[in-house]
Amino acid sequence: MVFLRNILQATVLLLGMASAALAGAYEEALPKFANDSYVDTDAAIGAIAGSGNPLSIDVVESLRDGRLLVGSGQVFFRRTSGELVNAATGQAWGNQTGELKPVRVNNRVRRAIEAALGSLTLLSSDAAKRLEAARAVFRSRDEATLPTLEKAIAQEGQPHVRNVLESARAAILLSKQDALPIQRLAAVQTLRNRGDQEALALLSNLPSQAPPEVIAAAGNAADGIRTRLAFWEAVQNVWYGISLGSVLLLAAIGLAITFGTIGVINMAHGEMVMLGAYTTFMVQELIRSNFPGLFEASLLIALPLAFLVASSVGILIERTVIRFLYGRPLETLLATWGISLILQQGVRTIFGPTNREVGTPAWMSGALDIGAMSLTYNRIAIVVFAFSVFAILLLVLRYTSLGLYVRAVTQNRRMAGSMGIRTSRVDALAFGLGSGVAGIAGVALSQIDNVSPNLGQGYIIDSFMVVVFGGVGNLWGTLVGAMTLGIANKLLEPYAGAVLGKIALLIAIIVFIQRRPRGLFALKGRAVET
Amino acid sequence: MRTHSLFDRQTILVLSLLAAAAILVPTMNELPPPGSALHLSDHLVPLLGKYVCFALLALSVDLIWGFSGILSLGHGAFFALGGYAMGMYLMRQIGPRGVYGDPILPDFMIFLNWKELPWFWHGFDWFPFAALMVLLVPGALALVFGWFAFRSRVTGVYFSIITQAMTFALMLAFFRNDMGLGGNNGLTDFKEILGFPVQNGSTRIALFVLSVLALASGYLLCRWVVGSTFGKVLVAVRDAESRTRFLGYRVEHYKLTVFTLSALLAGVAGALYVPQVGIINPSEFAPANSIEVVIWVAVGGRGTLAGAIFGALLVNAGKTWFTAALPEFWLFALGGLFVFVTLFMPRGILGAAGDLWERSSQKLRARRSPQPATHAAE
Repeated sequence: MVFLRNILQATVLLLGMASAALAGAYEEALPKFANDSYVDTDAAIGAIAGSGNPLSIDVVESLRDGRLLVGSGQVFFRRTSGELVNAATGQAWGNQTGELKPVRVNNRVRRAIEAALGSLTLLSSDAAKRLEAARAVFRSRDEATLPTLEKAIAQEGQPHVRNVLESARAAILLSKQDALPIQRLAAVQTLRNRGDQEALALLSNLPSQAPPEVIAAAGNAADGIRTRLAFWEAVQNVWYGISLGSVLLLAAIGLAITFGTIGVINMAHGEMVMLGAYTTFMVQELIRSNFPGLFEASLLIALPLAFLVASSVGILIERTVIRFLYGRPLETLLATWGISLILQQGVRTIFGPTNREVGTPAWMSGALDIGAMSLTYNRIAIVVFAFSVFAILLLVLRYTSLGLYVRAVTQNRRMAGSMGIRTSRVDALAFGLGSGVAGIAGVALSQIDNVSPNLGQGYIIDSFMVVVFGGVGNLWGTLVGAMTLGIANKLLEPYAGAVLGKIALLIAIIVFIQRRPRGLFALKGRAVET
Repeated sequence: MRTHSLFDRQTILVLSLLAAAAILVPTMNELPPPGSALHLSDHLVPLLGKYVCFALLALSVDLIWGFSGILSLGHGAFFALGGYAMGMYLMRQIGPRGVYGDPILPDFMIFLNWKELPWFWHGFDWFPFAALMVLLVPGALALVFGWFAFRSRVTGVYFSIITQAMTFALMLAFFRNDMGLGGNNGLTDFKEILGFPVQNGSTRIALFVLSVLALASGYLLCRWVVGSTFGKVLVAVRDAESRTRFLGYRVEHYKLTVFTLSALLAGVAGALYVPQVGIINPSEFAPANSIEVVIWVAVGGRGTLAGAIFGALLVNAGKTWFTAALPEFWLFALGGLFVFVTLFMPRGILGAAGDLWERSSQKLRARRSPQPATHAAE
């Protein structure tokens, strides 16, 4: 009870002091700017910020931007519109008398300005400005803003602004010399609830003369925050892993279809991804020059086109080259490698060797904050997109006649042929499907990677690893393979570094292949050799 | 089963051509005055030497791909490892003549502020040890990798893909500065080998002749291997692996032996390559390089040995010409070559020439002795 009474008394005292300072403080402080002394300017800023005069924010902002002028003992400020205003009265001052000099500022004054603006905008009617100001106060921890802060908290209606205001107050009280222990304990609790890196820094750098119970509480709270941050970091890494896994899934899923059906490794698969990315680039160029209003939809327009471009190229390759090499998988590998070189050089000749600019629509920029991590919308879009492509392919393979034929040919080519399936047509269509999926993967990857002739090369080995790891003939294997590799890669990264993590993963796959030479989800069959 | 004599017509032809190169290149470089039509300019000697090393590498790939059906897309790794072993010897030979003048530490270690030589650099100042490592490092890697892969019957494209992963992983590893092998820049600025200045004309000629000798010995070794009973089993593995296994042969032992032997050859090729080009860096591990080696073999003629040598020389000469004259078109040409050879010349140039020769000589024989075919079957 004694404590409570003390707090009440202290609050009343503080508020009383604040209101007493209001009367005439603005008019008193203003002439100090004319002294051309940093100390006086500093003092004047503090007084003006606390004065409550409606002109104070204009004055302090003008000072920050070098628009606060003095001349013949009077103070003026120039609005951004160019109008000259007498700071004492707020009246426009059309006829300028004598020479006006801007009030000079140094770093100390700039800090005072920031703190003053923080407290001034705390009471702004714009919630975004209040939030900004609260964050500024949290960083500056200026004790002078405490009264304004209390006032702002009392009238704040929006909970998320209120949270930031309260944590700003807590930050001030925590390091304030004469704050009561109970205030400090409450501050520790508030900061603990805030639970981010900044709160952790405040709690672990407590002044040593703080009361022991406060230090103990702060230590506890800091531990709590560390645990929470470690948890969110793990979640964040898993998310990065899922994001990388989706990219791998997109790049590898088409490869899995062609490899599964025809049994050949398509080394030009990466170039199909590249073609998709360049299709996106072309679509955006056309939209920019002809229909600027459609830019937001450019990726959606690019999707079917990329599928068409890549699958036509794929079918062309299958009909002109791969068809003649069935039964010779190693030769197919070499021939498709040759095709990939030709495609790369072709794109380089047409579009040039440098990266091309592919824009991001507004709905894909920005980030979503969850807990202590932030997820960018383009990554979220790619994860959603990858899973949608996966689901659609699964449905196509499960419920369409093409899917039935592809599965039949994958399981037993000769038997499928004997049942009347035209296997060579299925081969061509499957190759087209796989290549088309690579094309739409290119649309997605154009958002997160450089669109250059080498785009495909960066994905080809990783895609192989996914397919080899997951096994062929089953899309679930590709999904599990991509996600496992993606997440393992991102979980290893903080410990081993990006390169060592990747090397470790490659070695792990090489060893894994020893145990399961046909991948995780191998087709069961009686064939001695494939 | 007909056993080949070691010195058949092809072998004699290859050996005499190599001997001619070993004699002609030094004489044409030394004797005719510069400017004469017969003069071979100084910069061409190491270039030809480079081709010869590539030919040895192609030979090692042909040994496993042409005769055992193992398509390695990571043979560049063994080549580069042999090269690095030689590069480490050459680095130690620089001694205090480096930019920073440290008698023991190579320049890049001073640059990285290292205080002492990492453990695996010890001994490389002694040539016999370095020469042993040229064989041992690629050989050991091939032995371990092959033991794992063949034991669990990883075959076909799966094997190709994991060899590619192997060389890719090694490339990433060698790009790291912490690896202690020069990182991105690799090893370079060599001064001398066995006391002879690397840049000297006579040293280069000696290296060229040595490379030709190594190629000739490698060719003879491969010819002997494929002509032996061991080689016959390899061909059986290539054509019908399971059947060979059912006949009681330990297929994986055969594959492992020939794979390791091939890696040794590749390592030697790399070791001879490095002093002639004067640098070794991680890009030698690039998967694209290893695939290119396979196309040399395919162009020349898979499974002919001589074809591998021929293909390597031909494609590399073409590359040199193209990248100077039409740099834009080199990748078109190389890519087209991949497609053309696999589609239309599955047995390569030498294979196609051999078929042609066979057919014409058959015709000739048929004209000389017009006997019915049934007669011959008896």
